Amino acid sequence: MILFDAVTKTYPKATRPALSEVSLEVERGEFVFIVGSSGSGKSTLLRLAIREERATSGAVLVAGRELRTLPDRRVPMLRREIGTVFQDFRLLPNKSVFQNVAFALQVIGKSRALIRQTVPETLRVVGLEGKEKRLPHQLSGGEQQRVAIARAIVNKPTILLADEPTGNLDPATSRAIVELLDRINRSGTTVVVATHDHEMVNEFRRRVIELDAGKLVRDEADGDYGKTTSAIPVVRIDEGDSDAEDGTPDAGSAGGER
Amino acid sequence: MRAGFVLGELGTGLRRNLSMAVSVILVTMISMYLLGLGLLAQRQVDTMKDYWYDRVQVSIFLCVEGSQYAACSGKATTPTQREQIKAQLEQMKPPVKEIFYESQADAFKRFKEQFKNSPLAEQATERAFADSFRVSLTDAGKYDVIVSSFSGAPGVGRVQDQKQLLDRFFAFMNAVSWGAIALSALMVLCAVLLMATTIRQTAFSRRRETGIMRLVGASNATIQLPFVLETLVSALVGASLAMGLLWATVSYGIGGYLSKALMDTAFIGMTDVFAVAPWVVGGVAIVAVLTSWFTLRRYLRV
Ligand SMILES: Nc1ncnc2c1ncn2[C@@H]1O[C@H](COP(=O)(O)OP(=O)(O)OP(=O)(O)O)[C@@H](O)[C@H]1O
Ligand SMILES: [Mg+2]
Repeated sequence: MILFDAVTKTYPKATRPALSEVSLEVERGEFVFIVGSSGSGKSTLLRLAIREERATSGAVLVAGRELRTLPDRRVPMLRREIGTVFQDFRLLPNKSVFQNVAFALQVIGKSRALIRQTVPETLRVVGLEGKEKRLPHQLSGGEQQRVAIARAIVNKPTILLADEPTGNLDPATSRAIVELLDRINRSGTTVVVATHDHEMVNEFRRRVIELDAGKLVRDEADGDYGKTTSAIPVVRIDEGDSDAEDGTPDAGSAGGER
Repeated sequence: MRAGFVLGELGTGLRRNLSMAVSVILVTMISMYLLGLGLLAQRQVDTMKDYWYDRVQVSIFLCVEGSQYAACSGKATTPTQREQIKAQLEQMKPPVKEIFYESQADAFKRFKEQFKNSPLAEQATERAFADSFRVSLTDAGKYDVIVSSFSGAPGVGRVQDQKQLLDRFFAFMNAVSWGAIALSALMVLCAVLLMATTIRQTAFSRRRETGIMRLVGASNATIQLPFVLETLVSALVGASLAMGLLWATVSYGIGGYLSKALMDTAFIGMTDVFAVAPWVVGGVAIVAVLTSWFTLRRYLRV
């Protein structure tokens, strides 16, 4: 489903590569956590997978396409097969929950009948029935992220990528969100989650890929969050620790929205 | 993408960006009104040329007793001289088409008739007029043949060509119309820059929306279409308003006033407005689409 072969990504004017010689393969239907300290290249890896960026060298294969040579006009078709979720939800503030999810189908030309059928279905899957008419600011953070997930999966993608989806949420809400991602995975969607949330990684015991300064340093099934990860000290007893780290401006997701 | 959705988004976009849309509409309107005026002025010149060049005459004024013309040296033209001039004109067909003789008294009468509403008619005396041959030509451009053969001839006071007078007037009209067209070109430049700025601004304020569209796999055309449509609609509304103004100008200004005040000439009419309108509106559409396309290529990453 996703194959990175000796992928190196060096941003223009950067002194060191954000990813160097990373090789990995994610099979159809897998659930993978990507962990690593801030700046280790997690977001870069996800951005390469949706052709938001091009690899400097190496091959990136996603859903049967070689992305380094994929022409620009084919990129939309690739992205229709991939759902994407971010830490900051990225909802449209003046559209309702229903409209936010429907938007993803409208802009790829789906019929009104299909939208009227699929959107409520998807909202039920993410547990938001009855809240269709609310505006994003009338929802909690966890609910907003559910809307974002609904939007990501409403077109039934084969792959779901999530970049720190629980970064802005408290532990209980985070847990519910990961359970939702897990449920989506069990219905057949390949799910890749980049995260700082060690409790979640430790609890769910799924495959873990760890990056450190752009290099792949660990890839194990049934992994845990690991101890080597952070340059920033992690205080394990305080449940707010990951928030403190993620609250800092994230060069990655800000850059993705230009 | 579905038409209903596109129209809905177009409406929302225009409403959210109303002041920008209005400014594009106004600037387009003014530039196209000026352009229309310039083009219509050109057509007015052409219309008048057609009308007048058929009627243009060369007048050969003869001498009367105490004539004001220096060439006459105060002596009246003798009947023999007059016959000679007439015979010579007859020989010159073509380019000479027709020859009319107008006596001093007839000329005076005609003048009084033409200016009957003016105080000039009361002040003028018959003495200020002269006998003349009025010569119409098959080709208005050949007047200099007449001028060169008759000026200074015995019994001829002065040879006057109406075309020369007209040409001076047409040159003036032409300059005015080109001025209007040049000014409108400047305004078109303003309109283009304003459209580009508007699109840049809008692309920035909608970056979240376009970001999501890219993420869920909307095609480039879908992402760019709202911007192009909004610009196009504003520009077309501006151009239509300009055509409305032009219509009003011709209908009330020329049809309602000028053509009654100056009965003796031909004026452009509604058909000329309708002839100009499609070019102006089509031109605006092309400019709007090209401007949005170039701007989007630079400022909207897809
Ligand atoms: N658009 C960009 N231009 C230049 N350098 C970038 C860009 N985006 C990221 N980088 C750099 O690439 C490296 C990897 O960044 P990336 O965003 O992938 O890290 P990350 O693992 O997602 O970090 P975080 O956990 O803080 O989100 C960092 O050193 C970062 O400064
Ligand atoms: Mg990141």
